Amino acid sequence: MEPTILAEVSGNIATIGYGLAAIGPGIGLGILVGKTAEAQARQPEMRSQLQTTMLIGVAFTEILALLAIVTGLIF
Amino acid sequence: MGGFFPEAILFDGTWFEFNRVQLVRLIVLAVVLIAMCIIASRAKLVPGRVQSVIELVIDFVNNNIIANTLGLKDGKRFAPMLITMFFFILSMNLAGVIPGLNLAGTSVIGLPLLLALWTFVTYVGAGIKKHGFLGYLKAETMPPGIPWPIYILLIPIELLQVVVIRWASLTIRLLANMVAGHMMIVVFIGMTHALLFSGDWLIAISPFAGAMAIGIYGFEIFVGALQAFIFTMLTAVYIQLATSDEH
Repeated sequence: MEPTILAEVSGNIATIGYGLAAIGPGIGLGILVGKTAEAQARQPEMRSQLQTTMLIGVAFTEILALLAIVTGLIF
Repeated sequence: MGGFFPEAILFDGTWFEFNRVQLVRLIVLAVVLIAMCIIASRAKLVPGRVQSVIELVIDFVNNNIIANTLGLKDGKRFAPMLITMFFFILSMNLAGVIPGLNLAGTSVIGLPLLLALWTFVTYVGAGIKKHGFLGYLKAETMPPGIPWPIYILLIPIELLQVVVIRWASLTIRLLANMVAGHMMIVVFIGMTHALLFSGDWLIAISPFAGAMAIGIYGFEIFVGALQAFIFTMLTAVYIQLATSDEH
């Protein structure tokens, strides 16, 4: 008897890996930017300094998602 | 992945292989250098339109990057390097969205790696000059005010951070952003194309895909500028960490 295929996944499994890897940095960026917005609302005069600090933090969080892109392409 | 690397134009198979990425880099380099030389040689006290745009960018680097991290006084030594870096990365990134070039100079690993190693050499050099070799290692790997057993864990991690992770993450950040941006544009423009010529009711969706492609295109301009800013910013932060008196 012929096996019946009901569902099939084709393509690279790395795309699912990227999706999973984007969850953590996504939450991290949300917290980071949200807290910065809060701090800016409390102290508008600190705005530029807070923004700079936020962007450094964003860079460190973002690298996790970017590593997922790179590993997906390499392996 | 293989399709990403363009074919060689000249000197195929040798060390000096010359392909489209190098061509884009050379064009951008020549344009920026010549434009800067012309603007600098005609610099006036009351700036014209082009000169004031350049001065705006330099002021931006001075006020937003150097003043917030190194401080304007200490940062004066590193200002030429940081400003050069910002202009260089910005122009190379923006080459990715200029029609006709369409490929960022930073989207192949060589250039980000070179820039990141420049950063690495600069901050290690500045730190050693300030503290001496052992003093620099101590300043970077042994933050004060921590009970001593923690140092057993902390020193290898911090050492790895200083020696490898910092410049490697700078490289990967810039590279992955540019590669991902290029792919996003290709995917959305390709999707618009495929929908438009599908000869089906799917044609009705193609304007939305086209609008998305234009949106992604604008987003890439933003990302290019942001990555130039972040790279320069992190370089300034690393130099500041290396040369600060204590943490």
